[in-house]
Amino acid sequence: MAATESVTINTLPGNGAGSGHAHFGRLLVAEWTKLRSVRSTYWSLITVVLAFPFFSWLIPFLIAHNWNQADPGSRAQVLQDPVSTIIGVGIDLGQFGIAVLGVLVMASEYSTGMIRSTVLASPRRVRMLAAKSVVFTLLALVIGEIVSFVAFFIGQLTFKSVLTVNLGAGTNLREVVGAGLYLGMLALFSMVIGALIRHPAGAITGVVLLLLVISNIIQLIPGAAGKYLYSYEPTNAGAAILTNHTSDKFLLTAWEGYAVFAGWTALLWVLAAWLLVRRDA
Amino acid sequence: MIQATALTKRYGTKVAVDHAEFTVAPGKVTGFLGPNGAGKSTTMRMILGLDRPTSGSVTINGIPYDKLAAPLREVGALLDAKAVHGGRSAYNHLQVLAKANGLPRARVDTVIDLVGLHSVAKKRAGGFSLGMGQRLGIAAALLGDPGIVMFDEPVNGLDPEGILWIRNLMKALAAEGRTVFVSSHLMSEMALTADHLVVIGLGRILADEPMAEFIAKNSVSYVLVRSPQMADLAPKLALRGWRVEMQGDGSAHVYDAKPSQIGDVAGTEQLWLHELTLVHSSLEEAFMRLTASSVEYHAGGTAGTGTTQDAAKPPSSPDAPVWGEAAGDGRAQPPAEPDPSGQPPTPYQNSERGQ
Repeated sequence: MAATESVTINTLPGNGAGSGHAHFGRLLVAEWTKLRSVRSTYWSLITVVLAFPFFSWLIPFLIAHNWNQADPGSRAQVLQDPVSTIIGVGIDLGQFGIAVLGVLVMASEYSTGMIRSTVLASPRRVRMLAAKSVVFTLLALVIGEIVSFVAFFIGQLTFKSVLTVNLGAGTNLREVVGAGLYLGMLALFSMVIGALIRHPAGAITGVVLLLLVISNIIQLIPGAAGKYLYSYEPTNAGAAILTNHTSDKFLLTAWEGYAVFAGWTALLWVLAAWLLVRRDA
Repeated sequence: MIQATALTKRYGTKVAVDHAEFTVAPGKVTGFLGPNGAGKSTTMRMILGLDRPTSGSVTINGIPYDKLAAPLREVGALLDAKAVHGGRSAYNHLQVLAKANGLPRARVDTVIDLVGLHSVAKKRAGGFSLGMGQRLGIAAALLGDPGIVMFDEPVNGLDPEGILWIRNLMKALAAEGRTVFVSSHLMSEMALTADHLVVIGLGRILADEPMAEFIAKNSVSYVLVRSPQMADLAPKLALRGWRVEMQGDGSAHVYDAKPSQIGDVAGTEQLWLHELTLVHSSLEEAFMRLTASSVEYHAGGTAGTGTTQDAAKPPSSPDAPVWGEAAGDGRAQPPAEPDPSGQPPTPYQNSERGQ
């Protein structure tokens, strides 16, 4: 770090190499590089990748172990929706890894100050948000699908001694594919919450409260209002795709529910994009 | 070329930048000088499209920043606050920026070597010292080989060697024909690097002129006079049209007069003189005088306490003859009158404040 008397700045080597335009494809690559180059990505994804399949082994293992002592009611429950039994607990826990990462992907830009560098390199902010959304959603979707199928096959093997779970039977395939779709949409949904709230702790608290508390507590609201609120709450609606038996308070079909989740996400995305442009970075 | 036109930023009722008009030309270092909280960072953030102006506009070569197709190729900026994810290595941070604008990978290595961060390039930026962080910020600013570079308080946190390095860097960049715009709250720093000066106080542009002109106008000097018969001497000096400022310790500052002239007066009047010293006020003092009425955060306890938002009429336009007045009668602004109780008011003693 010696002090130099004169400093020369090389001009860019090979002028054809860079017009320097911040077009969409380049922003995709930049966002992918961002994701790969921080540890929080790996830690959050490890939660999903390990916890989801682990519980997809543990729950079937415990059920199979106690199958002969189990009362007919419990057995019937498992038989009614074996895929949900396999993936239910795993995804309930694993989803927090995705949700937290989603929030961090956007909110950490603000908490660290990185957003200023980001916006300097791509001053068209909506384009940046779109690139980030595509990259992160695709990553979560691909990992979500892989983990869902792995978890299903683990559960299927573990159940083998007491019951056969066929991927092709009933709504089984939809539920397994849906688990990955749910994680993909949850990733984008959480990212958008991070973009709106901008404080990692606040946004994580918000998403966790929504997933754990609000989604359940609103079904206590009496009457039709309660049913509508419960059914149209984004994460409840989205989770309908993970099961073939919904509570009688739930008013939507599986795909309708997923569409509602997607609709919420799209609506909030547009709001986030609008605020991103309006607010000072 | 950076051009601001009636650039204004309001936060609620507080005006951070008030109809700023200035041009930053290529080929020289333009200093952006103002006390803490004067609106320097806000102005720079508006130039870079980070903050939206409430009204007015600012353009880069005629185009607003957020319309630039290749932003890093045109403008490089080191901001006051950190703009790095602490969990990412310096190298990866620069990679991310390079990829966003399709800059060649070789450019990342070039700027890392240029700022001397080679040995720590793979380390996480969160562990960097203030000085290393500044160097990383400078590397990011130079990444796109831009024609315009902006540095917000670049010497903050740098050691003397680093300060010398960045001074030379800025001069070299300007010598290559680039536009260099650098903010500071230290006049002494500006005097060493800047060719042109834009002075801001309470969001208003107070001066926009070549450094040499600024120095010529503001190198005020006075004669320190000490006499046991000051009460008799002062009126005689004032009669000659010289401005006399009584000091608390019985001495006086006399403006517009040479020591020999004052000595002659004293001799003629047969008054004793104990001291007669020609004192040149520094540029720092000139800057303080200029911004005295526009310092937002005064230290408490001095004569000029309280906010001075309304203490002085701002110049009606940036090139209003406020300078002529200032040069003519010296301390034109509020703390002009001698304070009989003691020390001259020291308006610029505000503590450091992050922006």
